[in-house]
Amino acid sequence: MIRSELLNSLAQDNPDLRAEEVEQVVDIFFEEIAQRLSEGGRVELRGFGAFSTREREARKGRNPRTGETVDVPAKRVPYFKPGKDMRRRLNDD
Amino acid sequence: MMRSVGTLTRADLAETINRKMGLSRAESLDMVEAILGKMCDALADGENVKISGFGSFVLRDKKERVGRNPKTGVEVPITPRRVMTFRASQLLKERIANG
Repeated sequence: MIRSELLNSLAQDNPDLRAEEVEQVVDIFFEEIAQRLSEGGRVELRGFGAFSTREREARKGRNPRTGETVDVPAKRVPYFKPGKDMRRRLNDD
Repeated sequence: MMRSVGTLTRADLAETINRKMGLSRAESLDMVEAILGKMCDALADGENVKISGFGSFVLRDKKERVGRNPKTGVEVPITPRRVMTFRASQLLKERIANG
Protein backbone atom coordinates (compact mmCIF):
# COMPACT_ATOMS: atom_id res chain seq x y z
CA MET A 1 0.00 0.00 0.00
CA ILE A 2 1.35 3.40 -0.91
CA ARG A 3 0.33 6.84 0.34
CA SER A 4 -2.16 7.48 -2.50
CA GLU A 5 -3.88 4.14 -1.84
CA LEU A 6 -4.16 5.03 1.83
CA LEU A 7 -5.70 8.39 0.88
CA ASN A 8 -8.22 6.77 -1.48
CA SER A 9 -9.23 4.18 1.05
CA LEU A 10 -9.71 6.79 3.80
CA ALA A 11 -11.66 9.05 1.43
CA GLN A 12 -14.01 6.19 0.55
CA ASP A 13 -14.75 5.52 4.22
CA ASN A 14 -15.24 9.24 4.97
CA PRO A 15 -17.53 10.72 2.30
CA ASP A 16 -18.17 13.70 4.60
CA LEU A 17 -14.56 14.83 4.10
CA ARG A 18 -13.19 16.36 0.92
CA ALA A 19 -10.20 14.62 -0.67
CA GLU A 20 -7.98 17.60 0.24
CA GLU A 21 -9.06 17.31 3.86
CA VAL A 22 -8.20 13.61 3.96
CA GLU A 23 -4.81 14.44 2.49
CA GLN A 24 -4.27 17.18 5.06
CA VAL A 25 -5.13 14.80 7.92
CA VAL A 26 -2.64 12.23 6.63
CA ASP A 27 0.03 14.91 6.14
CA ILE A 28 -0.44 16.18 9.70
CA PHE A 29 -0.28 12.61 11.03
CA PHE A 30 3.12 11.82 9.50
CA GLU A 31 4.51 15.33 9.89
CA GLU A 32 3.82 15.37 13.63
CA ILE A 33 5.60 12.03 14.04
CA ALA A 34 8.58 13.21 11.95
CA GLN A 35 8.71 16.50 13.87
CA ARG A 36 8.71 14.80 17.27
CA LEU A 37 11.46 12.39 16.19
CA SER A 38 13.59 15.22 14.82
CA GLU A 39 13.31 16.89 18.25
CA GLY A 40 14.72 13.72 19.79
CA GLY A 41 11.33 12.65 21.19
CA ARG A 42 9.40 9.42 21.12
CA VAL A 43 6.10 8.42 19.50
CA GLU A 44 4.02 5.64 20.97
CA LEU A 45 1.07 4.24 19.05
CA ARG A 46 -0.27 1.36 21.16
CA GLY A 47 -1.04 -1.72 19.12
CA PHE A 48 0.94 -0.48 16.12
CA GLY A 49 4.36 0.30 17.50
CA ALA A 50 6.70 2.93 18.89
CA PHE A 51 9.10 5.25 17.11
CA SER A 52 12.20 6.59 18.81
CA THR A 53 15.72 7.64 17.91
CA ARG A 54 19.11 6.25 18.85
CA GLU A 55 22.58 7.72 18.95
CA ARG A 56 25.21 6.24 16.67
CA GLU A 57 28.81 6.91 17.63
CA ALA A 58 31.29 8.30 15.16
CA ARG A 59 33.20 5.55 13.37
CA LYS A 60 35.74 4.97 10.66
CA GLY A 61 34.04 3.85 7.49
CA ARG A 62 35.36 2.82 4.14
CA ASN A 63 34.39 3.90 0.69
CA PRO A 64 33.48 0.49 -0.74
CA ARG A 65 34.57 1.54 -4.23
CA THR A 66 38.00 3.01 -3.49
CA GLY A 67 38.74 1.31 -0.15
CA GLU A 68 39.59 4.74 1.23
CA THR A 69 38.99 5.32 4.96
CA VAL A 70 36.47 8.03 5.77
CA ASP A 71 35.22 9.49 9.05
CA VAL A 72 31.55 8.79 9.64
CA PRO A 73 30.37 11.37 12.20
CA ALA A 74 28.19 10.56 15.22
CA LYS A 75 24.53 10.87 14.39
CA ARG A 76 21.00 10.20 15.52
CA VAL A 77 19.02 7.54 13.66
CA PRO A 78 15.33 6.55 13.66
CA TYR A 79 14.23 3.34 15.38
CA PHE A 80 10.89 1.54 15.28
CA LYS A 81 9.63 -1.27 17.48
CA PRO A 82 6.42 -2.99 16.36
CA GLY A 83 3.72 -3.34 19.03
CA LYS A 84 2.69 -6.66 20.55
CA ASP A 85 -0.70 -6.73 18.82
CA MET A 86 0.91 -5.92 15.49
CA ARG A 87 3.50 -8.69 15.90
CA ARG A 88 0.75 -11.14 16.77
CA ARG A 89 -1.42 -10.09 13.82
CA LEU A 90 1.45 -10.59 11.38
CA ASN A 91 1.73 -14.19 12.49
CA ASP A 92 -1.74 -15.56 12.85
CA ASP A 93 -2.89 -17.17 9.66
CA MET B 1 22.63 16.86 24.57
CA MET B 2 19.24 17.29 23.04
CA ARG B 3 16.44 18.64 25.20
CA SER B 4 14.06 15.93 26.26
CA VAL B 5 10.56 16.05 24.89
CA GLY B 6 7.61 13.93 25.92
CA THR B 7 6.03 11.01 24.13
CA LEU B 8 3.64 11.73 21.28
CA THR B 9 0.46 9.64 21.35
CA ARG B 10 -2.80 9.18 19.41
CA ALA B 11 -4.40 11.88 21.57
CA ASP B 12 -1.70 14.40 20.60
CA LEU B 13 -2.09 13.60 16.91
CA ALA B 14 -5.87 14.01 17.17
CA GLU B 15 -5.42 17.27 19.07
CA THR B 16 -3.23 18.72 16.29
CA ILE B 17 -5.73 17.63 13.60
CA ASN B 18 -8.53 19.22 15.65
CA ARG B 19 -6.57 22.46 16.10
CA LYS B 20 -5.24 22.79 12.54
CA MET B 21 -8.31 21.61 10.64
CA GLY B 22 -11.25 22.21 12.89
CA LEU B 23 -12.51 18.61 12.70
CA SER B 24 -14.19 17.69 15.99
CA ARG B 25 -12.07 15.96 18.63
CA ALA B 26 -13.99 12.72 18.13
CA GLU B 27 -13.66 12.87 14.36
CA SER B 28 -9.95 13.68 14.64
CA LEU B 29 -9.36 10.68 16.87
CA ASP B 30 -11.40 8.50 14.49
CA MET B 31 -9.15 9.57 11.61
CA VAL B 32 -5.99 8.76 13.60
CA GLU B 33 -7.41 5.29 14.32
CA ALA B 34 -8.45 4.89 10.69
CA ILE B 35 -4.94 5.66 9.39
CA LEU B 36 -3.39 3.16 11.80
CA GLY B 37 -6.12 0.62 11.06
CA LYS B 38 -5.55 0.81 7.29
CA MET B 39 -1.80 0.38 7.74
CA CYS B 40 -2.29 -2.58 10.13
CA ASP B 41 -4.75 -4.24 7.75
CA ALA B 42 -2.40 -3.92 4.77
CA LEU B 43 0.52 -5.33 6.76
CA ALA B 44 -1.59 -8.16 8.19
CA ASP B 45 -2.54 -8.98 4.57
CA GLY B 46 1.16 -9.29 3.76
CA GLU B 47 1.51 -5.93 2.01
CA ASN B 48 4.35 -3.51 2.65
CA VAL B 49 3.29 0.06 3.40
CA LYS B 50 5.17 2.91 1.74
CA ILE B 51 4.55 6.52 2.71
CA SER B 52 6.63 8.80 0.49
CA GLY B 53 8.60 11.41 2.41
CA PHE B 54 8.25 9.41 5.63
CA GLY B 55 9.33 5.81 5.16
CA SER B 56 8.32 2.22 4.51
CA PHE B 57 7.06 -0.55 6.75
CA VAL B 58 8.59 -3.67 5.30
CA LEU B 59 7.67 -7.27 6.11
CA ARG B 60 10.39 -9.90 6.44
CA ASP B 61 9.95 -13.63 6.79
CA LYS B 62 12.36 -15.19 9.26
CA LYS B 63 13.33 -18.84 8.98
CA GLU B 64 13.28 -21.17 11.95
CA ARG B 65 16.48 -21.00 13.98
CA VAL B 66 17.82 -22.42 17.20
CA GLY B 67 17.60 -20.13 20.20
CA ARG B 68 18.58 -20.59 23.80
CA ASN B 69 16.74 -19.86 27.00
CA PRO B 70 19.18 -17.31 28.47
CA LYS B 71 18.29 -18.38 32.02
CA THR B 72 18.61 -22.15 31.67
CA GLY B 73 20.85 -22.42 28.61
CA VAL B 74 18.45 -24.96 27.12
CA GLU B 75 18.26 -24.87 23.32
CA VAL B 76 14.80 -24.24 21.94
CA PRO B 77 13.67 -23.85 18.32
CA ILE B 78 12.49 -20.34 17.41
CA THR B 79 9.58 -20.86 15.06
CA PRO B 80 9.58 -19.22 11.62
CA ARG B 81 7.84 -15.87 11.83
CA ARG B 82 7.01 -12.71 9.98
CA VAL B 83 8.42 -9.47 11.34
CA MET B 84 7.90 -5.85 10.36
CA THR B 85 10.70 -3.34 10.04
CA PHE B 86 10.65 0.39 9.44
CA ARG B 87 12.92 1.98 6.85
CA ALA B 88 12.91 5.74 7.25
CA SER B 89 13.02 7.80 4.06
CA GLN B 90 16.21 9.69 3.25
CA LEU B 91 14.36 12.90 4.15
CA LEU B 92 13.34 11.64 7.60
CA LYS B 93 16.85 10.29 8.25
CA GLU B 94 18.30 13.70 7.45
CA ARG B 95 15.79 15.54 9.62
CA ILE B 96 16.56 13.27 12.57
CA ALA B 97 20.35 13.36 12.06
CA ASN B 98 20.32 17.16 11.89
CA GLY B 99 17.87 17.67 14.76
